[in-house]
Amino acid sequence: MAFQARMYTDSETATVTIRLVGDLDSGSAGRLNELIAEASREPVRRLVLLMDRLSYLSSAGLRCLVYAHQKLGPGTDIVLVGTRAEVADTIRLTGLDHSVIMQDPADV
Amino acid sequence: MSEQAVQAPALDRIDDYPTQVIAGLSVRMGRPMPFGATRVPGGVNFSVYSNRASAMTLVLFRLGEQEPFAELPFPPEFRIGGVFAMTVFGLDVEAFEYGYRAAGPATPEVGDRFNPERVLSDPYARMIGGRAEWAVQPDYFNPYVYRSRLPLEDFDWEGDRPLRTPLRDMVIYEVHVRGFTRHPSSGVDAPGTYAGLLQKIPYLVELGVNCVELMPVFEFDECENVGVDPTTGRRLLNYWGYSTVGFFAPKASYAATGRYGMQVDELKNLVKHLHRAGIEVVLDVVFNHTAEGNELGPTISFRGLDNRTYYMLTPEGYYYNFSGAGNTVNCNDPVVRGFVLDCLRYWAADFHIDGFRFDLAAILDRAPDGTPLANPPLVESLAHDPVLRDCTLIAEAWDAGGLYQVGRFPGYFRWSEWNGRYRDVLRRHLKGDLDTVGELATRLVGSPDLYGARGPGASVNFVTAHDGFTLRDLFSYDGKHNEANGEGNRDGDDNNNSWNCGVEGPTDQPDVLALRARQQRNALLLLLCSSGVPMLLAGDEVGRSQHGNNNAYCQDAADNWFDWSLVERNAHLLRFVRAAIALRRVHPVLRRREHPTGRQDRGFFPDVSWHGVRAWQPDWSGGSRLLAMMFYDRPDGGDPAGGDDDCVYLVTNAHWEGHPVELPALPPGLAWHRAADTAAPAPADAYWPGSEPLLEDQRALPVAPRSTVVLVARPPQPEIS
Repeated sequence: MAFQARMYTDSETATVTIRLVGDLDSGSAGRLNELIAEASREPVRRLVLLMDRLSYLSSAGLRCLVYAHQKLGPGTDIVLVGTRAEVADTIRLTGLDHSVIMQDPADV
Repeated sequence: MSEQAVQAPALDRIDDYPTQVIAGLSVRMGRPMPFGATRVPGGVNFSVYSNRASAMTLVLFRLGEQEPFAELPFPPEFRIGGVFAMTVFGLDVEAFEYGYRAAGPATPEVGDRFNPERVLSDPYARMIGGRAEWAVQPDYFNPYVYRSRLPLEDFDWEGDRPLRTPLRDMVIYEVHVRGFTRHPSSGVDAPGTYAGLLQKIPYLVELGVNCVELMPVFEFDECENVGVDPTTGRRLLNYWGYSTVGFFAPKASYAATGRYGMQVDELKNLVKHLHRAGIEVVLDVVFNHTAEGNELGPTISFRGLDNRTYYMLTPEGYYYNFSGAGNTVNCNDPVVRGFVLDCLRYWAADFHIDGFRFDLAAILDRAPDGTPLANPPLVESLAHDPVLRDCTLIAEAWDAGGLYQVGRFPGYFRWSEWNGRYRDVLRRHLKGDLDTVGELATRLVGSPDLYGARGPGASVNFVTAHDGFTLRDLFSYDGKHNEANGEGNRDGDDNNNSWNCGVEGPTDQPDVLALRARQQRNALLLLLCSSGVPMLLAGDEVGRSQHGNNNAYCQDAADNWFDWSLVERNAHLLRFVRAAIALRRVHPVLRRREHPTGRQDRGFFPDVSWHGVRAWQPDWSGGSRLLAMMFYDRPDGGDPAGGDDDCVYLVTNAHWEGHPVELPALPPGLAWHRAADTAAPAPADAYWPGSEPLLEDQRALPVAPRSTVVLVARPPQPEIS
């Protein structure tokens, strides 16, 4: 499924929200990294990635989280919303969970 | 000028574009270095060495597919010397696997075994596809079984850096990644994996070890063993993994995330967390042979790429077998030397590995014709390599061809050795053999006869290791019981120096069980009080048994894994080991940088002194089974007001009768305190440092049969810490 990403910025709360749809893999990870780089031009306190409509997330996609963490710095919370169970497991087992906060959609 | 230089945009290379199309893919001449597959702007650079090949083809597969989607012959102009290099543009790194076909002479009698029908793994492959599930047998009829892959290598190390623990402070713990947490009792989320081991870090911290030595984690094929356990009918495996398929590739099925191609990340995450806990990581590496075996074995990579370079061959073109595994890697060939260096640099730099233990390292000393070299280039190169400068290098200083180099391995003041002579004499002493105390004394002070110029850090002391009996079995069996290995009990070492304490194998006789438990404590206490680097085999601290099997390389079974219920069932032994490690940690005199001399340079006593039933009168006769030693140091040089004497007295009695021993008189202000007594019932068998009770009789100490006692000298006022 074709990848789509839309970014919304709330300047008052310095929150950037990116909704991800489709397959996030090595072919599409660059697009997400571009959005993250764009977001980083302004101070960001919170980056929210809405993942519930992602149909596929590859290791290249997971690496966008490493990129976001390093691009935005330790002062930015990276929040993953709606991560599927097996993706959440992979994030945890490879240690990426130290860089992000995982939330259920109901908690947002 | 300089401001302009800073502000100018960075210039990318202007020649990063394809020059031709091969098999429908855009390519250009590649860069020969580095070897392997490397991501470059817009594509992937492939570089592979073969001095003897007449032609080379890059073969590309979609993940897991049997048939390639493209075969790209290297044009002649893409060859530089003995290296074929090509950049292929537009490849999706996550979606392809690659290999090579090498054409050349098929003349085994002179060592060439080219076969372009075979697809060959890249020796530099950083991941191997198709092996993500443990014990799922690959399709050996598939033309390409061990499939080279390219990982994405972004990893956030969060500032992690090498711990650089001094050798003298190290306590090594030898672990099998799968066996450590595979048992259902482990309670971890992903049993048998790197992630599982990570969850057990608190246990390691509490135990007190500060270095884990991981048995092989380079990709191997556990299914290469086709044997069956005749006692149960169970399939046997190559469980240990001393048979490397991919030297740059972490074992995928040791990663819970291996099915997603994330094994690199999972292992790095384990290393990062071990470092945070103050624990170094040493890898057990196997460069003496490969999984290709002899001329009857599978062609995986080296054999088909350049057999004559990578293997030691007889004049008739057969494989020398100094490894006992069919072939012998030609380690001192300049190309192979470069390969080994590249490999270890990769693990040190990219995985933050702190050191390496080299399996059958004596092979690293052999010339291409098998002759031992006085100045082996590979061993020297490793010793002086700039990237590996801070890495611990440990040699298993013997091989299966009869070369035994303990104490004589060319160390270049960098290498340490598994001290097999320490193991042997300690075992012989504990079971009561005659003629042991003289050599035992030498081993307890770090084997200066073997490592005089190199210091105690060159001696990795151990009583047990993966190869042989566990500690509990060492005192439960006179002989090996390897029937389950399916070789009629012919495999495994016959020279174990073991003793069953009166009954062979399981028993419910309380006196036998008590003696076995005491012997385990004796061995552990001696080990942890010896100068040198102590190494524990995982599970010995809780009395793990392999039921008399001293060669459990093929036993992937619950009764061979670490059973975590032992932590509670043998809690007394675990507490004893923790206390003994803590004793070592708080007494620098047990962790000296240099061998003691026996001279009294400062303070009240010599740095080491020897005693027997009478103080200052050791019995060195062949019939003696009792030896006492006193380690002493006074860092302040003897200032009476300093009061920081470090003094530890140890007596080992391997005699079946008890003996009272006279204690050396201490200077005013100090008194003997009991740190450990292996004959005492728990919890009086070991005390936490600072809580040792004052010895009632400061002049004489009753030492029970087959026991070890450690005393520490400190002011008589208890100092609870």
